[in-house]
Amino acid sequence: MKIRMKFSKNGPLKFVGHLDIMRYFQKVFRRAEVDIAYSKGYSPHQIISFAAPLGLGVTSDGEYLDAEFHSVSSSREMLEKINEQMNEGIVLLEFKQLPDKCKNAMSSVAGADYRITFRDGYYEEEEFLEKTEDFFAQDAISIVKKTKKSEREVDIRPMIYDMKVQDGHIYMKLATGSVNNLKPNLVMEAFCRYLGLEHEPFAFMVHRLDTYLEKDGELLPLGSAGEEIL
Amino acid sequence: MQKLALSDEILLTIEKPARYIGNEVNSVKKDLNEVDVRFCMCFPDVYEIGMSHLGIQILYDMFNRREDVYCERVYSPWTDLDKIMREQNIPLFALESQDPVKDFDFLGITIQYEMCYTNILQVLELSQIPIWAKDRTEKDPIVIGGGPCTYNPEPIAEFFDLFYIGEGETVYFDLIDLYKEAKESGCSRKEFLRKAAGIEGIYVPSLYQVTYHEDGTVKEMVPTQEGVPQKVKKQVVSDMTEATYPEKPVVPYIKVTQDRVVLEIQRGCIRGCRFCQAGMIYRPTRGRSLEALKDYAYKMLKNTGHGEISLSSLSSSDYLQLKELTYFLIEEFGKQGVNISLPSLRIDAFSLDVMSKVQDVKKSSLTFAPEAGSQRLRDVINKGLTEEVILNGALEAFKGGWNRVKLYFMLGLPTENEEDQKGIAYLAQKIAEEYYSIPKHERNGRVQITASASFFVPKPFTPFQWATMLSPKEYMDRAHLVNDTFKEQVNRKSLSFKWHDAKTTILEGVLARGDRKVAQSVYEAYKSGCLFDSWTEYFDYGKWLEAFEKTGVDIDFYTTRPRDLDEVFPWDFIDIGVTKDFMKREWKNAIEEKVTPNCRMQCSGCGAAMYKGGVCYED
Repeated sequence: MKIRMKFSKNGPLKFVGHLDIMRYFQKVFRRAEVDIAYSKGYSPHQIISFAAPLGLGVTSDGEYLDAEFHSVSSSREMLEKINEQMNEGIVLLEFKQLPDKCKNAMSSVAGADYRITFRDGYYEEEEFLEKTEDFFAQDAISIVKKTKKSEREVDIRPMIYDMKVQDGHIYMKLATGSVNNLKPNLVMEAFCRYLGLEHEPFAFMVHRLDTYLEKDGELLPLGSAGEEIL
Repeated sequence: MQKLALSDEILLTIEKPARYIGNEVNSVKKDLNEVDVRFCMCFPDVYEIGMSHLGIQILYDMFNRREDVYCERVYSPWTDLDKIMREQNIPLFALESQDPVKDFDFLGITIQYEMCYTNILQVLELSQIPIWAKDRTEKDPIVIGGGPCTYNPEPIAEFFDLFYIGEGETVYFDLIDLYKEAKESGCSRKEFLRKAAGIEGIYVPSLYQVTYHEDGTVKEMVPTQEGVPQKVKKQVVSDMTEATYPEKPVVPYIKVTQDRVVLEIQRGCIRGCRFCQAGMIYRPTRGRSLEALKDYAYKMLKNTGHGEISLSSLSSSDYLQLKELTYFLIEEFGKQGVNISLPSLRIDAFSLDVMSKVQDVKKSSLTFAPEAGSQRLRDVINKGLTEEVILNGALEAFKGGWNRVKLYFMLGLPTENEEDQKGIAYLAQKIAEEYYSIPKHERNGRVQITASASFFVPKPFTPFQWATMLSPKEYMDRAHLVNDTFKEQVNRKSLSFKWHDAKTTILEGVLARGDRKVAQSVYEAYKSGCLFDSWTEYFDYGKWLEAFEKTGVDIDFYTTRPRDLDEVFPWDFIDIGVTKDFMKREWKNAIEEKVTPNCRMQCSGCGAAMYKGGVCYED
């Protein structure tokens, strides 16, 4: 059966990269002795896939991974069993069964919410907070996207679904996934330019709040595709 | 949440920041208020290499079982972080507490290969601990060295307060107890070191004086104080099954070289290859019991979640219960998706059966280590492997579907002549012929035989410790001769030959059999920028040559100079059980091309029986 799990990744764990988190989970599942499915062949591996890779240095409360299980107990028991084997800073939040025909996490991703916190010593954050509304209100926000081969101008405004200020943080809802993908750092870089400021890459601490799929034109948490196992 | 020694800005600037954050699964957290002794264990190379080392995992676990000791880990910061730490004056820190190493009671450094010597100095300097032991004060940690290179500690002796000679599982707690006593009674660093020298196996370099003959060889090495032993006796675990072993090894976040459960099935080797230092210093050969190993396999897999388990020993085929253990592991864990890896196996019917069960024959290769190209030279080095055994093994494997063979050789061995060198290519050709002797429709495409050669470095405490080395040009000439011979072979398209760099060999040669005079060169090389010398992209031979030149150290004295049979070696003050007389006999046997039987066939009276255990006392 297909299972979708949601987890958080905070603290020093933000320095552990995407591929290493994958290997981390494989070992967690082995230690927890859960009945996860393996591929066939001489070097069998667990059939797991992640939703949207998280950049190094980014924390999150809304990461997802899908895995194939042979058997499970209730969601509550599974969470308990798996969390016993997890490290400080990384917590399993949901364990839900997916319908058989459900698209996998990676191809379902359509958007994500982010919170930007200002690191001390770089900018006057007021400057950003006051102008967030104006920045978002623009019709187009063009940036230069560099690839290995070329540089081209891209309008990122359509990929910013929402942007607002709350309690001294900037919140933004961005297109994420294989069709359109916009990273929060790129938005902040454009924001700096808009304010006529030099871009300081370390000035912003990025936290992902949740990752979304699209259903009937609406963005819903990826976990909503699954059902709690009772 | 755990604190970190490095800022986010630094961690996001450097490669693989997870090397420096600690907090790995099974790493140990202790309350500093409840421990008396803080021990920082160091492997002086990058995290991924250091974390793959079994010895540290054993000692880390052993120390932390003691409530009053807190053992943490530190590795060499990679060059990117090294630069930042120097610029910003950040002291090197231990992974667990992220506290500066200089605040610890002990810094223990495992010394596994000569090419890490400059990294030792890096760790000391970044820790802000004086590099030379004589410059350290009461507030500095006691710096201890251990591991195989300490069987000739002299080239680095003056950087250490003391060395632990032998296996760490034995007298470390005595040292810790002595330290606690000394700390409580307020005794000085000097006084503590003097007392420590009284513990068997502990070598305190500052308490010995070395004098030299006019020709530069050692005249004598004498203790400068009473109660300091003339000879330092290697410490050995007498019963491996009783010895401590980690049930919960630390599991790194990032992929490391040895990313698996390691079961040490046996220590030592019965074979007695004359070039092999491990084969001498780990004598007598001692195995762990089958039952204990099964139990460790369960616990370690369960506690780590690793997807692979590997057996570790110098020669697994000589472990008496190898069959039972291997089939048990396959039966028990194979179906749980655990890979089983079996290095250092002799190729025979059993190993081929096992290998076909645990790996994809089409993708894997067979490995032989004949070490020398001709039977004559294999007799000189006492490598029991015969051509017949190699060819039969290869043929059986080819019939089983294998078509890739790896061969390991050494060049520059004592008495080696052109025929021995060419023999490397001839042997590879003969293996190819075995393959093509199989009817075409039963073959699995073309055979691929890859031979590689390293250059021989004579090591202390081996029968070849008297051997002379060659110049870099001579090593290269030999490699080229072998390569040319490969090109003349009928099946040359199925064969390939690779060889190592000779410059590293020369440096290893100087450091392996060096004396205290070499320390200045190591220091000079480090100061001129040498670091990570075992990494080809960082190894700078030119700088090393300059360092030797500047410090007046003559490379040839250590490499190409013939050594007299009665010469006093810098390492002679260590007693490894195996006697110098035995080594002399074996050196003579080598020259006479006489083979010495392995320990199970017949005892050769090497001296290791004094340790009252292992193969010397098997019925």
